[in-house]
Amino acid sequence: MDLTEVYRAEYGRCVATLTRLLGDIGLAEEAVQDAFATAMTKWGEAPPSNPGAWIVTTARNRALDRLRRESTRDDRQAQAQLLAEPDEPQEVGPVRDDQLRMIFTCCHPALSPLAQTALTLRILGGLEVAEIARAYVVPEATISQRIVRAKKKIRDAGIPYRVPGSAELPDRLPPVLTVLYLVFNEGYASTSGELVRTDLTREAIRLARALAELMPDEPEVLGLLALLLLTEARRPARVGPDGELVVLAEQDRSRWDRQLIAEGHELVRRCLRRGRPGPYQLQAAINAVHTDGDATDWTQVLALYDQLLTHSPTPIVALNRAVAVAEVHGPEQALAAVDALDIPGYHLLPATRADLLARLGRTADAASAYGEAIALAGNDTERAFLETRRTALLSD
Amino acid sequence: MGVRIDESELPYSEEEMEASFARVGAVNDEMKAAGVWVFGGGLRPSDSATVVRVENGRAAMTDGPFAETKEQLGGFYVIEVDDLDAALTWAEKCAEACRVPIEVRPFDGIA
Repeated sequence: MDLTEVYRAEYGRCVATLTRLLGDIGLAEEAVQDAFATAMTKWGEAPPSNPGAWIVTTARNRALDRLRRESTRDDRQAQAQLLAEPDEPQEVGPVRDDQLRMIFTCCHPALSPLAQTALTLRILGGLEVAEIARAYVVPEATISQRIVRAKKKIRDAGIPYRVPGSAELPDRLPPVLTVLYLVFNEGYASTSGELVRTDLTREAIRLARALAELMPDEPEVLGLLALLLLTEARRPARVGPDGELVVLAEQDRSRWDRQLIAEGHELVRRCLRRGRPGPYQLQAAINAVHTDGDATDWTQVLALYDQLLTHSPTPIVALNRAVAVAEVHGPEQALAAVDALDIPGYHLLPATRADLLARLGRTADAASAYGEAIALAGNDTERAFLETRRTALLSD
Repeated sequence: MGVRIDESELPYSEEEMEASFARVGAVNDEMKAAGVWVFGGGLRPSDSATVVRVENGRAAMTDGPFAETKEQLGGFYVIEVDDLDAALTWAEKCAEACRVPIEVRPFDGIA
């Protein structure tokens, strides 16, 4: 039996429940880790039918034993709380609301963005510190320090372990969505080395699905999930046989994941019915157009980008909109829009310029723009792609 | 909650001061009515500060605050609330009234 898989799937849920029972994330994590260590020796070939419930019950009993042994004043309080829980081991299963509480606690705006992401991946995703450090290309010590500091702040500053009320939700939901989006993005276009890190994309989708299940009436939550699914659906076609990057227009659409696309389209329709558009829903809608039929309807994409730009007037959105402008109104108009932008360090700005210049026949300018983009690109696949483009340009 | 002020921007005009007192007074009353208020007050500018240290058993005094920066603690509030979210909600109201940043920090035990 694959304990690693059970660990990934159940760790976050179990820690979330134990945190409610113990009132402390650190104690909860220790108890859950203890329980998994016990599981390794006790489960043998056949895990129990509900591994999560088994872990929670075992962790709870372990924590209780420890508290009885070490009993300080604070611990006694936690012990009383634990004992107040009904003693029906089979009933003590991971509770969904606990997970939701945990997401909001990990993504509390009083924590730094890196700490929010690291905590979410560690606690809810069950990723090891080393895996998170590798994903973000930072030393392991940095991540573990951030996590320790964040947990300490949660405890010392009294960050509450609860789902914010509807009045606070507009302020508190965006950082949660941002964290999930960033985790996915880091997996989809990793800032260094290989192109796709499926562990991160899968984790982001799993958490977004959980969030959508928990908050089915929040259109932006559905929008985020749809966006991730529709992006993920195209992943198999995004890399060619030799590991090279394949742009949207050249992708073999038969390699797209039809099931994910259908699910994503259905979510986008649900969002449309609600009539409360937001940035994630609009991006999902753009991706729905890209994945609809045999070719992209660029007029529709451009209209959606116009709407997105009013919601999030960022230079990155403006750059993506320029790509749609090129398809609808031609490269000249798009180039004018791109030249008005300044996004320091972002390789896709010169890469987009290069493409537009090439289409306008300005080969020398295009080659130098590709050069700029190559110098800025972080991951090997994207760099190789840009180099191939430049070579093709100069040999024509 | 510590109120951070930029002393390089002092002094404020009389109208500004009065408007600020009115806004802050309203929030203070709100905190008292909500039962979270413990106490609070503004501090004199940092040039009135004296730092006292005991070195080799003798008190040594230096003129001025801990750190000579333009950003100084201008005053503080002590409130009693259940968790950080409640404190942050009040801090937002205070920051809006004072028009300066507020640092929120929990007490580590009270004597």
